[in-house]
Amino acid sequence: MSTEHAEQLDALVAEAAERVASADSVAALDEVRVSYLGKKGRLTEQLKGLGKLAAEERPAAGQAINAAKQSLQQQIECRRTDLERAALDQQLSRESLDVTLPGRGQAAGGLHPVTRTLERVEALFASMGFAVAEGPEVEDDYHNFEALNIPAHHPARAMHDTFYFDARHLLRTHTSPVQIRVMEEQGAPVRIIAPGRTYRCDSDLTHTPMFHQVEGLLVDEGIGFADLKGLLHDFVEAFFERSLDVRFRPSYFPFTEPSAEVDVQCVSCGGKGCRVCGGTGWLEILGSGMVHPKVFESVGIDAERYTGYAFGVGVERLAMLRYGVDDLRLFFDNDLRFLQQFR
Amino acid sequence: MRISALWLRELLPLEQSVEDIGHRLTMAGLEVDAIEPAAPVFSGVRVAEILRCEPHPDADRLQVCEVAAGDAEPVQIVCGAPNARPGLKAPLATVGGSLPGDFRIKKARLRGVASFGMLSSARELGLSEDAAGLLELPADAPVGADLRDYLGLDDAIIDIDLTPNRGDCLSMFGVARELAALLGKPLDLPRAGSVTPVHETRQAVRLEAAEACPRYIGRVIRGVDLSAETPIWLQERLRRAGLRSLGPVVDVTNHVMLELGQPMHAFDLSRLQGDIQVRWSRQGESLALLNGETAELDDDSLLIADDSGPLALAGVMGGAASAVSDDTRDIFLESAFFAPTAIAGRARRYGLHTDSSHRFERGVDPALAEQAMERATGLLLSIAGGEPGPVCRAESADALPQPVRVGLRAQRVHQLLGVEVPVTNITAILRGLGMGVDGPDGGPWQVDVPGYRFDISLEVDLVEEIARVWGYDRIPSRRPARPLQMLPQPETRLDRRTIRRLLVDRGFQEAVTYSFVEPELQQRLDPDKIALPLANPLSADLSVMRTSLWPGLVAALRRNRNRQHTRVRLFEMGLRFRGKLETLEQTPVLAAVITGSAMPEQWADTSREADFFDLKGDLEAVLDLGGNGHAFSLRAAAHPALHPGQSAEILQADRAVGWIGALHPGTAAELDLDGRVLLFELELAAVQAASLPAFRPLSRFPSIRRDLALMVPDATPFAAVLACVRAAGGGLLRDVTLFDVYQGPGVDEGRRSVGIGLILQDLSRTLQDADVDSVVAAVTDALQRELDVHLRG
Repeated sequence: MSTEHAEQLDALVAEAAERVASADSVAALDEVRVSYLGKKGRLTEQLKGLGKLAAEERPAAGQAINAAKQSLQQQIECRRTDLERAALDQQLSRESLDVTLPGRGQAAGGLHPVTRTLERVEALFASMGFAVAEGPEVEDDYHNFEALNIPAHHPARAMHDTFYFDARHLLRTHTSPVQIRVMEEQGAPVRIIAPGRTYRCDSDLTHTPMFHQVEGLLVDEGIGFADLKGLLHDFVEAFFERSLDVRFRPSYFPFTEPSAEVDVQCVSCGGKGCRVCGGTGWLEILGSGMVHPKVFESVGIDAERYTGYAFGVGVERLAMLRYGVDDLRLFFDNDLRFLQQFR
Repeated sequence: MRISALWLRELLPLEQSVEDIGHRLTMAGLEVDAIEPAAPVFSGVRVAEILRCEPHPDADRLQVCEVAAGDAEPVQIVCGAPNARPGLKAPLATVGGSLPGDFRIKKARLRGVASFGMLSSARELGLSEDAAGLLELPADAPVGADLRDYLGLDDAIIDIDLTPNRGDCLSMFGVARELAALLGKPLDLPRAGSVTPVHETRQAVRLEAAEACPRYIGRVIRGVDLSAETPIWLQERLRRAGLRSLGPVVDVTNHVMLELGQPMHAFDLSRLQGDIQVRWSRQGESLALLNGETAELDDDSLLIADDSGPLALAGVMGGAASAVSDDTRDIFLESAFFAPTAIAGRARRYGLHTDSSHRFERGVDPALAEQAMERATGLLLSIAGGEPGPVCRAESADALPQPVRVGLRAQRVHQLLGVEVPVTNITAILRGLGMGVDGPDGGPWQVDVPGYRFDISLEVDLVEEIARVWGYDRIPSRRPARPLQMLPQPETRLDRRTIRRLLVDRGFQEAVTYSFVEPELQQRLDPDKIALPLANPLSADLSVMRTSLWPGLVAALRRNRNRQHTRVRLFEMGLRFRGKLETLEQTPVLAAVITGSAMPEQWADTSREADFFDLKGDLEAVLDLGGNGHAFSLRAAAHPALHPGQSAEILQADRAVGWIGALHPGTAAELDLDGRVLLFELELAAVQAASLPAFRPLSRFPSIRRDLALMVPDATPFAAVLACVRAAGGGLLRDVTLFDVYQGPGVDEGRRSVGIGLILQDLSRTLQDADVDSVVAAVTDALQRELDVHLRG
């Protein structure tokens, strides 16, 4: 190959490389490729011109041209990849979103705080083997009072401001009638809780005519007051998720004996005394006791063989303490601004 | 029960602080509500005597008084009290002292006359509401003495909230007795001596209802001076217990009631005609009571009566006609035992609640009657003079409460408490409570219950006494050590919380509304049902039981709309109450109500108002939860509260289990609700019945879909089309989808174009065109034949 020829090829290759590098789109790059490597491209023309060379020069010249062609092809591929990537980048950048804009679709609602609390209480007692039992809300006098050792004219009746329908029917004033119905039906042993609506004819800052209770009942052989203490202490600590002092104070309920009010160290002030606990450091949250033998008698359970305990807790009170609600009446107003706080 | 700590300490000397006493009582079941000072803070107030009074030169209603207050010289006080008069002893707040509310007493000039202190009323001292004039102190009050010392005002009131079983603690003696037992102290309560009669006048008493009143003690006292002043110490005791001073006779009987626990009554002897009779009332009788009201009596109230008729509601309240008045000279005092069952509930029946009925309902020791009579007589004679007659006794020994003896086993104490209280403690506790204990050292024992403990008749009653005196805090906490048993988890019964979660996930907020509602609203929303009315509703708008959850939910929706929430989605679960009492159905139901946009307001999508099919979508999701969605269907039906063209009954198989629809625009307008409101309600039991998933094999062969455009007459519901397609499609038809419903240009009048996709598949082979064609032909034939549905041309 003549020197002249070689120089000519070098110049052509340099020029082509220059044009490849400056092609600013895939289309422009294609043009460059066609103009050098196409059927009538200038490098292709060079190959075609080989015939004019002397026979001994042809192999070397052919080799050089092919090498140049290969190199140019490589450069074009390289450039194409770069250009395609840039184009994609550009397209993706055009598609970029403000990811802080809110998403589509239905927003979640929420449970009522009473339900939320009830579910929590039910789950805690379920873990101790307590099944959930239910009963009617329009009750008869027998199940709400008589069978619970509250005969007519008993002074304890004055503590239940009862809604009546007639002389014998009423809205249950507590969920305790459920324990009667369950024991009537299944006898002993029993291990239930009875959550539900209860009613008293009273309405002021701290009373609503409807509220919720969870009643618990465990009847078996060998159950004593000590078991009641253990269970309720565990419940209180599990519910509030903290260690709390609990105090059992003698009290009176006609359907339990011995009876106890259960006071819990104030969850608001830790027992120092505050507005929530009325300065006493204690919160009265549960009523409890050993099932009265007269109750066993009315449901036909042998009170010598079986003993048991019962307890009752106000659900709204638990919810108020747990979530810091300071107005009972909010629970049944169903104001979305209130309800939406318990998601 | 308000207990003066000073009075208590007179009966039972105690070294403990008032707070310690209160805590001990509380922890023994006598809950102390509050411990309050007997008088607010004031100082520099002395017993003073008014020596002279002159009219104020410049003010008609003021007097200038010369007052002795224990200093060498009298002081000059300007006073406006109407009862200021020479010789009166009254409290004087001296210069430098202070009255409640940190009111400092300074030298002052009133209309130009200097005043060196302030003569005070009971109200100004914070002792009572009485502001009519100066607090009049007894003539023998020592001039110059500090009023706080003189009246013993540095006292605390222990306010005990007694449970109904502890009637025995409704007296100073009772609380002292209880406290002595709790603290293991000896107690020696004073006992009034017998009064010697000075005449023989008796009042005959006939017990005509011995079971209700087996003991009636009376006494005639003649020549009582009703104008006598009750001594200040007694007035103070009454005041601290929350009672007003009402003259010597009533004050004395009230004092005896507070001290011993025995309610008493006094009659004006001159108003009595013939024998006193203790008897049951008779229908038609009436009695004008002391409180100014007249009780129309039933035939079941115990009366004190005489020949003229009823005199008093026994153990509850006296009558006006026979009451002691200012003119009374001779009285007849009553101290009786009324059986709790004869008094219980009677006061309430007449809208009354008195200190007397409160005690008799809970039980008053029958042994007290005579002791109280002697105490009251002695006190009254010392205050108002008079001549006592002999005690008149009427008694029916057989009807008196019999002594109660209760067996007790140590093992039972252990069983119920879960702790072994040592037997020596058991017997000591019971003896401390005034009980007799008979039996071997380790039991079993026979326990004699004192007459004042009406709450003890069973072994368990004794166990409670032992527990509370022993101390609940000394009973250990025990954790269960019994075999655990798994609870059943029925998979074919859907848990309510699963249903709640689904609705919450679909944007519903749970509501809890009252079970009693406003009748008018319920009438609008559920007019065909019989609602159960409450006999004693709290108010008219909460007076009938809900027959549907809609009234409560719609009211909640309306309140939220009024609070500017335009989009509301609420649901509730609970009982509805339908029918009369005898046949009342209390059915758990699930209800939901929505209004506003279908989706929350969004920046990217156009807003669309929720319609029937939005709520139907939610309903279907609920119905599908248990895997039984196919068992439910909707049937267009008219409901008085719903839009006639957008309402349906929810059927489970052929049984109606609920309703869904748009609130009738007329009803919405009546309720001031603009925009569309959609509701459903259905029986929870229908939703909760779930089915256990049963596996079906999956096909390895491809499915084929054929779309058909059907021209369906307007009156033909889609459900009928679907049923027809399914029936005709045979075993190869795996699914049918609905992808289009169109009505308008290009579709004949009276028809809609319905686009459905038939999805065909076989378990064992790949379907051929011929298979598909024959299914499509069968389907189109059936549609044409049965429903006049043809393919779109």
